Amino acid sequence: MSSAWRTVVGSMLLAGFLFGTSGVLAQERPYIVTYDHYLEEPGNLEIEYFSTFGTQRQGNNFHAFWMEFEYGVTGWWTTELYLDGQTTFHDSTVFGGVRWENRFRPLKHEHFINPVLYVEYEHIKGADKILKEVEGHDVELDFLDSNAAARRETNHEMEFKLILSSNVKGWNFSENILAVKNLTNEPWEFGYALGASRPLALKASPKRCAFCPQNFAAGVEMYGGLGDRYSFGLHETSHYLAPVVAWNLPSGWTLRLSPGFGLNDNSHKFLLRWGVAREVSGFGSIVAKMFGRSE
Amino acid sequence: MKTSNKAAMAALAMCALLLAASQGLSQSRASETLVKHKDYFYAEIAKAPEKARQRLNPLETDHDAVTAGGNLFLQHCAECHGDSADGGRKGPSLRVQEIQGATPGALFWLLTNGVVRRGMPVWSKLPEPQRWQLVTYIKSLGVKSADAAAQSQQSNQ
Repeated sequence: MSSAWRTVVGSMLLAGFLFGTSGVLAQERPYIVTYDHYLEEPGNLEIEYFSTFGTQRQGNNFHAFWMEFEYGVTGWWTTELYLDGQTTFHDSTVFGGVRWENRFRPLKHEHFINPVLYVEYEHIKGADKILKEVEGHDVELDFLDSNAAARRETNHEMEFKLILSSNVKGWNFSENILAVKNLTNEPWEFGYALGASRPLALKASPKRCAFCPQNFAAGVEMYGGLGDRYSFGLHETSHYLAPVVAWNLPSGWTLRLSPGFGLNDNSHKFLLRWGVAREVSGFGSIVAKMFGRSE
Repeated sequence: MKTSNKAAMAALAMCALLLAASQGLSQSRASETLVKHKDYFYAEIAKAPEKARQRLNPLETDHDAVTAGGNLFLQHCAECHGDSADGGRKGPSLRVQEIQGATPGALFWLLTNGVVRRGMPVWSKLPEPQRWQLVTYIKSLGVKSADAAAQSQQSNQ
């Protein structure tokens, strides 16, 4: 079977699964890079597709894309698989790599600041361009290599994040501090992501509607690198500021859009991100039935 | 097989393993633990701090709160607690004395904090007015007789 056919058949199976299963209204934040402290509901699976279009000075613009499969294992543990790729215009399309992420909620109750611990293993190519996080001395110039050259480099990395998140008068404020270690002999790298967002209406409408303001959330996020162990700070790092908006549809779909702007000469000038997500309720039960178990 | 394919296969295998393990964690003793979860869930409400328990529902007299809360309930809660809140696959009935006799403030506290170790997520992701709308709706349901609740719980399952 050719790869094109495999893609078509795979997409049809995925679409059939998504449309054939029941969705629940996901009350998602609009962030694309920043994490808040909410985990996936136990037994639910969220399938997400994201795109990033990025401009590149002195090189070709690119379109990077990834799929996320996020599963709520328990009320305090969410696990997630990422698969990504990218197309560099006037060059080629390549597979970017795999990420396996886990988030743990250590505290039972809500507090003014709510911590979540994040651990991720990444097996990614040098050609990976999704900019899911910005770390160390990541700069625009890193993306100048051709795909043929960049894909030869393979990185095994562990990424750790401390996610802090608070809710104040309808606003959510989230702060992420990240540390990344390439498992070869490279120094620890650091980065950050900050976000603030709010639903457009705090009270729900008595009508069932897709366009009610409570279904929309808007905000802003900022993220960037903080150097590495030997040169910690803002020197030769890139930073972005991005307004974000999300639309949570009653059918269980969530749409997100975020134009991002580079804040210095080391950053891509413009990033346009968008994503679509679908929450599948009771995925754990479906799998349990497949294994012959009833709840 | 190329290294990237091997990595993808390894990741998929790891996910399948994880999924199977998570089934063990979340589902294996589901039927026997549901009863324990139910007790734990009802007991949790008694843990609401006095200050939280005394909070008044600012939307108690809002005419739209019951309807809006009903919509929110169907969107976020019915999956576990059943469409009529009589109890479902994962969540216990909310039409019992333990819940209906609780103060609005205690219910609001439970919604806000969830019962994370027993599978009920925190609902502070909903803005405060929406959580009060949910409380108004839940309180409007009243207590259902034990026989009727058991019947509808069976049909929900």
